[in-house]
Amino acid sequence: MNTLSLLVFGPALLGLLLLFLPEKFGKAGKSIAFLGAVAFFVIGLQKLWGLRADPSVLAPERFTWFAVAGLPVEYHLALDGLNYWLVLLTLFLVPLTMAATWNSLKQGEGRFNGLFLILSTGMLGALLAQDLLFFYLFWEAMLIPMYFMIGVWGGDDRRYAANKFFLFTLSGSLLWLVALLMVAGKAGSFNPTLMATAAAAMPFGTQCWLFLAFAVAFAIKVPLFPLHTWLPDAHTQAPTAGSAILAGVLLKLGGYGLLKFAIPIFPAAAQHYAKPMALLAVIAIIYGALVAMVQRDIKKLVAYSSVSHMGFVVLGIASFTVVGTQGAMLQMLNHGISTGALFLLVGMIYDRAHTRMIADFGGVAVKMPVFTAFFFIVTLSSIGLPLTNGFVGEFWILNGAFTSGFQWGRLYACLATFGVVLGAAYMLWMFKRVFWGAENPDPESGTHHLHDDLNLREIAVMLPLIGLIFWMGLRPGTFVAASEASVTALLKEVQAPAPNMITLAPAAAAPAHGTEAPTPEAGHVEEHR
Amino acid sequence: MTYAWLIPVLPLLGFLVNLLVGKKVGKGFVTAVAVGSVTLSFILAVRLFLAMKGADGHRLDLAYFTWMQTGALTVPFGFTVDPLSGTMMLVITGIGLLIHLYSVGYMHEEEGYYRYFAYLNLFVFFMLTLVLGDSLVLMFVGWEGVGLCSYLLIGYYFETDYAPDAGLKAFLTNRVGDLGVAIGMMALFAAFGTLTVSGILTQAGHLAPEVGFGFLTFATLMLFVGATGKSAQLPLYLWLPDAMAGPTPVSALIHAATMVTSGIYLICRLAPVFQLTPTTLTVVAWVGGLTALFAATIGLFQRDIKKVLAYSTVSQLGFMFLGLGATGFAAGFFHVFTHAWFKALLFLGAGSVIHALHHQQDLFKMGGLKSKTPVTFWTMLIATFAIMGLPPFSGFFSKDEILYLAYLKSPLLWVIGVVAACCTSFYMWRLMALTFWGEPRDHHAYDHAHESPKTMTVPLMVLAVGSALFGFWGVPEAFGGHFAIGEWLKPALTFGQLHGEHGHHAGPAIALAATSTVLGVIFGLFGWFKYKDGLAWEEGFIAKFPAVHRVLLNKYYVDEAVELTILGPLRWFGNVCWKLFDVILIDGVGVNLPAALTKVAGDFVALFQTGRVRNYVFTMGLGVAALLYMLLK
Repeated sequence: MNTLSLLVFGPALLGLLLLFLPEKFGKAGKSIAFLGAVAFFVIGLQKLWGLRADPSVLAPERFTWFAVAGLPVEYHLALDGLNYWLVLLTLFLVPLTMAATWNSLKQGEGRFNGLFLILSTGMLGALLAQDLLFFYLFWEAMLIPMYFMIGVWGGDDRRYAANKFFLFTLSGSLLWLVALLMVAGKAGSFNPTLMATAAAAMPFGTQCWLFLAFAVAFAIKVPLFPLHTWLPDAHTQAPTAGSAILAGVLLKLGGYGLLKFAIPIFPAAAQHYAKPMALLAVIAIIYGALVAMVQRDIKKLVAYSSVSHMGFVVLGIASFTVVGTQGAMLQMLNHGISTGALFLLVGMIYDRAHTRMIADFGGVAVKMPVFTAFFFIVTLSSIGLPLTNGFVGEFWILNGAFTSGFQWGRLYACLATFGVVLGAAYMLWMFKRVFWGAENPDPESGTHHLHDDLNLREIAVMLPLIGLIFWMGLRPGTFVAASEASVTALLKEVQAPAPNMITLAPAAAAPAHGTEAPTPEAGHVEEHR
Repeated sequence: MTYAWLIPVLPLLGFLVNLLVGKKVGKGFVTAVAVGSVTLSFILAVRLFLAMKGADGHRLDLAYFTWMQTGALTVPFGFTVDPLSGTMMLVITGIGLLIHLYSVGYMHEEEGYYRYFAYLNLFVFFMLTLVLGDSLVLMFVGWEGVGLCSYLLIGYYFETDYAPDAGLKAFLTNRVGDLGVAIGMMALFAAFGTLTVSGILTQAGHLAPEVGFGFLTFATLMLFVGATGKSAQLPLYLWLPDAMAGPTPVSALIHAATMVTSGIYLICRLAPVFQLTPTTLTVVAWVGGLTALFAATIGLFQRDIKKVLAYSTVSQLGFMFLGLGATGFAAGFFHVFTHAWFKALLFLGAGSVIHALHHQQDLFKMGGLKSKTPVTFWTMLIATFAIMGLPPFSGFFSKDEILYLAYLKSPLLWVIGVVAACCTSFYMWRLMALTFWGEPRDHHAYDHAHESPKTMTVPLMVLAVGSALFGFWGVPEAFGGHFAIGEWLKPALTFGQLHGEHGHHAGPAIALAATSTVLGVIFGLFGWFKYKDGLAWEEGFIAKFPAVHRVLLNKYYVDEAVELTILGPLRWFGNVCWKLFDVILIDGVGVNLPAALTKVAGDFVALFQTGRVRNYVFTMGLGVAALLYMLLK
């Protein structure tokens, strides 16, 4: 079997087997799932690591599979600059999450992990699929295992959250399916390149509507304000593993879909809507942070912080600059690592204290120093401290937005920086209330129920995440080398406006240098404040 | 120069080692690692400094690797050693080493000894990164990193209520300023296409100064916003007095000698760019002058010895900005340099007093310590002479240079500066008199008071020598010198460009200096006379002007105003966003209402699915009748 097909369908085959395993073999099922996930990660790493400079050299797996209404659907899996690191991230996070939540579930462990493997097929398939209908199948396939993971193993309000997650996402993607079929019908294919040509021939108004249908489906997944309200519920109700993988990978598919399909197929419409997209992104950044600031449940706080952080991704994409888009690519990985880690850490303390309310804690640093240290480092990454990964992504996005060819870029970049301030506010305020101060005096408090610090398994799970946080912060080039060429080509292809740099007035005596014209007005470049 | 990278990395290693194993291996090991790493770092820094001094153009560029590279944005990871960064590097490692030594004595009973030294080492690493970084982004690494260490060290006593609050306040206030730095960096990148210091400065040399408010003025003003955060200027000074919650040596190193001067350093580093924006410089001068005065008035009646020194620091930092704004970059930096010595000394002296009195910080409970702690007394006396600007102590020369330039900028700024200096003399002598003169007001503490151990007093003595002598580095022309520090810094501050410093030839230099010095001495003596015998004068003042005293003691109620006008509304708005927008509007009206309507519609239709045949027959009959009616009509 070919590598990509194995990586995509292997987990689902194993997962399906586990679903039929009797309940009494749950523990064994969990182990099998974990070993399988580790095996897929090792295979993936071994086969793909060498391709990180240029992933497109790997031969795609491609043949015509079946036809829908006379339109051929291609089985087309391929690695490219945009999906390379997201694929590795997925392969990495699945076994890690399983290990982190090893003892979190009370029942049905085998089946849960089976569903988890099926979910990873959905994610990897969606990332690797190059044919739009093929992509759509995986995209929808991701919903089903996640629906059961939340609905069966979730918290008290799990059914509401699971239904909301499912219907919210589905309603977006059905609209998108209609648009997809319309363009594919014109193009006679689900191939994105052919669809782009067909779309370009349509009237601009039609292109705009079709783009919106695409964009809304992806924006729900991101999730972009005001389509985000399914996320806090899903995150809070999902079991730890579900939350971690939801934040770690699923949300990324929204940003990925925008870059991979929506923008290349409708370049003109995408740029037409760049401003409202960026505006919603800026609102999401600030709004998510403000709402996170007043949360009482740590997990919900982290969920709203996702809204804020993913807003940065959309802002970077909407800037239509290489720096901003590369920042968005990096930010997706960062968010996968940092927020995934935060959810795992919240799960670890919840398993011990059986509460997640901030007010139930206080003085945890004394009880669990190792846990505190890990939580603090991840917090630093989340608030974008330099030398951690969070800084590089946000810095690039802000720089990209500031130099965006669109006139609103500078103002929006300045506004988005407020999100960075608020980000530090909600994270460190929460950190102070949970970890610092005297031990919570209430005998029923969460702190009181904390007895053991992290065990070796939990430390082993956290160490690679911490390592990545600093690796990505110090050598971000490793993680964006693959996408640099793709992003540059994409922006050239869609004819994005050139970055908007400032020219300043040269001194009268000194000879002019560079390319700027020595006009007196040049010193007073218009302010967009 | 292959060893240069070790200068910041050694303290970083010290941090890692102590944090990972320090708790288990004992205090001796922790001390060896922490003090040892900074000592080595200091020795290498001296070597590097000498190498720089011998190098062509007094400048060494050390490139390591490309940190970021995407699109048009390239950020190298490298260091620049020139007179500006080299001098700072020596101050950081030198005074840092003294404070490490002092801490060995001061902190020896602490359970978190390893944690304290780990953070202190980490601070040295980040501070060196800030100073040596050859790009604004790398400087920003240090900039935020020192903020992190400051946060951790302010919150060192994390089991208390006040320390975590103070740490959080420091970090967040600094973040507000960092927003300015971030925007300033983006703006400079848009204008220059690079973020390396040398790249920006080279291009800046070819530009015309901006009249009014142009793009560069916007950029430099934003950077100045960052400087007001880190260097505790109006309106972002609020965190620094609270930062005294940290251990006293931390206040000396971070919140007096080094970190808080980063804002001045940043502006000096980009001096040629700030030269192009006179509007910004005017803002800098006025903010600095007003902060100097404002903080000095708050310092007049504080009771906590560390709080007096904290407001004094805010005030002195204001003087430095006043100097920068008056286009005296060298003068501002000169004051950074002298202040590092005498303010570190004052804080360490205060720490020695606190140590002697078993954690007593209230001036009203001290008194008469002169004979009990002679070394502390004499060294602090030298520092007091320096800060009040008594010739020939170091503070005289640096403050005088600033006041002189302020006069050239605007005589009103000079007046503000002199009034602030008079307040400084007064509160310093009040502090000295209440601590060392008069009758002990807490006999129990007094009886147990003792001079600190050698590891604490030796650093005091070294700092005292610096406080007394280092002013001679900048004797101005009016006094027969040639302002040597200005010459020394010139290559860094002008970057070989034409527009340089102010000419030092105009104005009545000697008369100005004499006026401010005499006034300072008068106010100092006044403070000493009124307080050397106890609290009677202050009690009389309180009785006469209760409102003035209350307003000053409560720091003009600025903290309360911020809570009321900014923090409160922000939380309120967060709640509105959550409960109104998210829960009611988006989720309620947008999501759950359609869902509920669907359910209602479903339930309504379900009413007709009764399962009884006669109902179906009846409905069918109605339907048939309706059809027939329509067909036959």
